[in-house]
Amino acid sequence: MAEIELRHIDKHFGPVHVIRDVNLTVKDREFVVFLGPSGCGKTTTLRAIAGLEEIDTGDILLDGKPIQHLGAPDRDIAFVFQNYALYPHFTVYENLAFPLRAVGTSKSEIDTTVRSVAGSLGIAHLLKVRPSALSGGDMQRVAIGRALVRRPKALLLDEPIGSLDAKLRETMRVELKRLHYENGSTSIYVTHDQVEAMSLADRIVVMHDGVLQQVGTPTEVYLRPANLFVAQFIGSPVMNISATRVSEADGKAQIVVDQQQFELPRELLAMLEQKKAGGELSLGVRPEGVLVSHEDKPGYRPLEAHIIQPFGGFDIVDLRVGEQSLRARTTSGYVGKPGDRVWARIDPAQAHFFDTRSGASLDIRLGE
Amino acid sequence: MARIRLDHITKNFGVNTAVKDIDIDVADGEFFVLLGPTGAGKTTILRIIAGLEKPTSGHVHINEHDVNDWGPAERDVALVLQQYSLYPRLTVRENLAFPLRSRVRNMAAADIEKRIDYASKTLRIGHLLERKTDRLSGGEMQRVSIGRAIVREPQVFLMDEPLSALDAKLRESLRTELKDLQRRLGGTFIFVTHDQVEAMTMGDRIAVLNKGRIVQVGTPQDVYSNPRNTFVAGFVGSPAINLLSGKVAGNAAVVSPKVFELPLSGAPTGEGAYTFGIRPENVVLESGAPVEARIHDIENHGIEKIVTLRVGDNLVRATVPARVEVKVEDAVRFGWIADKVMLFDAATGINLRHKAA
Repeated sequence: MAEIELRHIDKHFGPVHVIRDVNLTVKDREFVVFLGPSGCGKTTTLRAIAGLEEIDTGDILLDGKPIQHLGAPDRDIAFVFQNYALYPHFTVYENLAFPLRAVGTSKSEIDTTVRSVAGSLGIAHLLKVRPSALSGGDMQRVAIGRALVRRPKALLLDEPIGSLDAKLRETMRVELKRLHYENGSTSIYVTHDQVEAMSLADRIVVMHDGVLQQVGTPTEVYLRPANLFVAQFIGSPVMNISATRVSEADGKAQIVVDQQQFELPRELLAMLEQKKAGGELSLGVRPEGVLVSHEDKPGYRPLEAHIIQPFGGFDIVDLRVGEQSLRARTTSGYVGKPGDRVWARIDPAQAHFFDTRSGASLDIRLGE
Repeated sequence: MARIRLDHITKNFGVNTAVKDIDIDVADGEFFVLLGPTGAGKTTILRIIAGLEKPTSGHVHINEHDVNDWGPAERDVALVLQQYSLYPRLTVRENLAFPLRSRVRNMAAADIEKRIDYASKTLRIGHLLERKTDRLSGGEMQRVSIGRAIVREPQVFLMDEPLSALDAKLRESLRTELKDLQRRLGGTFIFVTHDQVEAMTMGDRIAVLNKGRIVQVGTPQDVYSNPRNTFVAGFVGSPAINLLSGKVAGNAAVVSPKVFELPLSGAPTGEGAYTFGIRPENVVLESGAPVEARIHDIENHGIEKIVTLRVGDNLVRATVPARVEVKVEDAVRFGWIADKVMLFDAATGINLRHKAA
C-alpha cells in the first residue's frame, strides 16, 4: 500500500515560483504521469517527493504520514533517472545487488531478489556483463532493476526513456507498462512527451508554469481538455485552434474562421448564451474532427488542399482557410495532391470552444 | 535549379567503407530524403554532394556537369545543419547578409536588402531582423539558418537533420513549414534524417539506407506498403510493423513458436521458413476472428488505441478505434486482412512479393 498525497506544495528557486499550490493524490498502485514542457515544474515536484529537493511550504504524505522532513534514503521511494548512473566497474549483477548490500541484506536473499528482478526485466542473461557492454535499452532496464530490488513503496521515474531512439522507446513503453501491471508499485513518471504520457498513464497531470492545468485519464485530457494549453499540448498533430465568431443563419449556428463559414447545430447559440460567453471565442477541433469529402454535401464547404503529409496508415492534409490552415486527418491517399479541391465540415461532436482571454474551455459539448 | 545524380559513389575512410555503390537521381525541384539509422552513411553522402568530402570512386553530377573536381563554393549548394552555427554577436539581418557580402559575390547593397527581405518574409522572421541571434528561440534560430541558405539562392539545399534538436511540437510545425517552403521556392532539397516521420511526411521520395548502402528508393507510400525487406518494413511506420516467423501450409500462415494460423492471399508459395509482416492497422479485433489472444498492453493515443496482443510467445500490435473498451489480460480474438500480409524470406529478409518501382 502506498498512497502519495501532495497538499499545498509551493517552491521558489530565488525569485522564480516553480511550484504553485500543487494539490494531488496519487492512489495506491496508480501510474501517474507528470506532463509538461521544460521548466513547468514537473521534475522539481518529482524530486521534492523523492526528498532530493526541499519545498517551501506544504505537506508531502506517504500513506497519510508527512515525509517532507525525512531525508531521501528514509522515504522508501526509489528514483530512476534519465542518465542511468550505473557503476561502470561493477557487473550488472553487482549493480543490482548494490542497494541491498548497502542495507546489509543476506547474501542468499540478495541473490534471490536480483535474479527475480532481472528475470522480470528480461536481463537475466546479462548479469555478468559490465554496463559499458550494454545497449541503451538494457542500461535503462538495469537502472530500473536497481530501483526495484529494494521493493520500494513507490517508484519515481524522470524521463527514463527520453534518451533512447524512437523504435526502442516504443518497446520500452510496453515493457514499463507491463512491469507496472505485474508488480503494481505506485509510480510517478515525468515526461515532456505527450505520446509517452498518453500511452503509459492511468492519469495524466498536465503542468505549465508550476500550476496543475488538468488531472485526468488519457481519454479525459484528450477529449475534454480544460484549457487551450492542454488542448494544444496533448495530441499530435496539434489541435486546430482559431479565433472565431458565431452568428445565426438559416436556422443553424454559423461560425466564422478567417472569413470562411462553417455550420454547426443551432443549440450552440443557446449553450453559449447559457455560459455567458460574451468575450472572444476560440474554436478548437482536432484533425480527426475535420471531416473531408470528395463531393459537395450539406454543411460542407469547398476548400483547397495545401500540404499533404502521409504517415503510412493515414494522411494529414492542410486545407486552406483564408490565411490559415485547417488540418484534417484522412485515410491514406484520400486527397490526391496539393491544390486539389475537397469539401469539409467540422464534426459538431468534436468541436471545442474556449474563452480566448483566459484560455479556459467553455465545456460545450454538441451532439451530432 | 538543379538535378543531382550520384553515379556509383563509394567512400572509404581508411579500411572502413562509409558508403558503397550509391546511385541516386534527384530530379529538379524534388524533395528527396535520405533516411536511415546512425552510421548508415547519410551524412557522408550529403557531404560528398556538398563537396566537403571526395568520393573514393564514382561521380557526382549537378545538372549535366561532373562536379568531382569542383570545390564547395563552385557547386552552388547550401548546407543547413542541426547546429545552427549563427554568429551570436550579429543581428539576424547581419547573419542573413553575411554570405552575400563575400568579395567574390560583389553584390550591390540594394540587392542584398531585396534578398533579405524575401527570405525573412518567406520564413516569417521579419520582426526578428534587428535582434541578436543569441536572443532567439531554437525554432527561430533554425529559421534564420535556413534563411541564410535561401538568400544565397543556391541550386540545391542540403539539410542535415535540421529539426532534430527541436522539441516535438516545434518539429511538427517546422515540418509543414519546410515542405511548404520547398514548394514555394521550387528548389531541389536533399534532406537527411533518422526520423521516419520526417521522411514520410516531407519527402517526395525517400532513399532508405542501412550500413552504407541504399536498400530502397521510393515514394512514402511505396516504402510503407511495399518495403523491399524487413529492414525497411521495420524502420518505416509507427507503431512498428509486426514481423512474425513461421511457415506456410497450403494458403495459411502458421506462426511459431506457440502456433497460430491465419489465411494468406495471392499465389501459393512453397514450403519453408518465412517472416510474415503485418502493419498494426491491418490486424483486426473481432469476436468471431480465428485466433484467441490475451491483451498484453493497451496504449491510449487519443484517436486510437494501440493494443499489444499475446499469443503464446508472440506479441502482436493492433491499432483499434479509441472507443474499443478492453482491459489488460482480457481474452480477445483477432485476425488480419489477408491481402495486406507481406511475405519475407526468413533467412535474407527479402520481400518475396516486392513490386519493383
